[in-house]
Amino acid sequence: MAVLPPFQRFLEDHRDDVWRFLVAAVGRTDADDCFQETFMAAMRAYPRLRADSNLHAWVLTIAHRKALDTYRSRKRNAVPVEDVPEVAHHDPELRDGALWQQVRALPPKQRGAIVLRYAGDLSHAEIATALQCSEEAARRSLHEGLKKLRAAEVTA
Amino acid sequence: MKPRRPPLDRAAAAAAAARFATLAEPDVAYAIVDTPVGQVVAANTRRGLATLSYADHHGGIDRVLEALSAGISPRVLEAPARLDEVRRELDEYFEGHRRDFDLALDLSLIRTPFTKRLLQATARIPFGETRTYRDMATAAGNPAAVRAAGNALGHNPIPIVVPCHRVLRTGGSIGGYTGGLDRKVRLLATEGITLDSP
Repeated sequence: MAVLPPFQRFLEDHRDDVWRFLVAAVGRTDADDCFQETFMAAMRAYPRLRADSNLHAWVLTIAHRKALDTYRSRKRNAVPVEDVPEVAHHDPELRDGALWQQVRALPPKQRGAIVLRYAGDLSHAEIATALQCSEEAARRSLHEGLKKLRAAEVTA
Repeated sequence: MKPRRPPLDRAAAAAAAARFATLAEPDVAYAIVDTPVGQVVAANTRRGLATLSYADHHGGIDRVLEALSAGISPRVLEAPARLDEVRRELDEYFEGHRRDFDLALDLSLIRTPFTKRLLQATARIPFGETRTYRDMATAAGNPAAVRAAGNALGHNPIPIVVPCHRVLRTGGSIGGYTGGLDRKVRLLATEGITLDSP
């Protein structure tokens, strides 16, 4: 029978994935607060979790919700969303960073799908669960988001 | 173009996790504590000290954490600041400045009433004195259960603070110990007790 690992081990096993995901989802500045909120919520719910749950998808779903909260409160507080810089083609690291900033400027569903897929490594089915939509809708959001990124790259 | 998986700043992730440990309020907070008789896994609940297991006994640190997780709550977190008082009292004890521990105990890992009574009685044996396994079986309400008392003390989850090292065989020979006999001899010596025939 599967048994839930002690929370400390869960934290150690997933902290890197959650951190990488949140830096991509909300940027470095807000990542730490989101990280704290994510694991606070995870610890509250943890004893009720089924031992055979997919812990990776579960914690990234929580992180995704906390990222959404961050975007909502930014909107409320009228803090301007970070500038979207032009993509620098010569430096791959800079280009990646700029690309993730463009991802953060996408509409919520597309942004969520892309970050969960490419920073969180979730399957289409897991993304659908996290976004509370059908797998088909998750694929569509992903596709539309990628199309927008490509268009932005062409015009940059 | 598809976004590539962003690089990981592992130090930043570790720092965020460390901050979480200071902010969170786990059901079980633990720390690895160094003592003159080796490393112990010290674990507190809101009720008190639940575990002080020797890290090299009881199947190692992982097994100790799994027992806490299964027996008390899976909300187990390494939070050394929450064990400051335990660490302080242990230091004082080993430096010879403390005879009694002022720590509340949480015996919720103990399943049987006999063992619970046994450990409670053991916790009351004064510093520098010894009892026999028979004494302790009697104190726990079952004078015939001498062997059971020995076994239960051998699985004491809170050694040192629940001083099962003060329990010897009738006749004064050393008996057994949950962390190995060397530790029992060392703890007894700390309290000024030397055995003629170990």
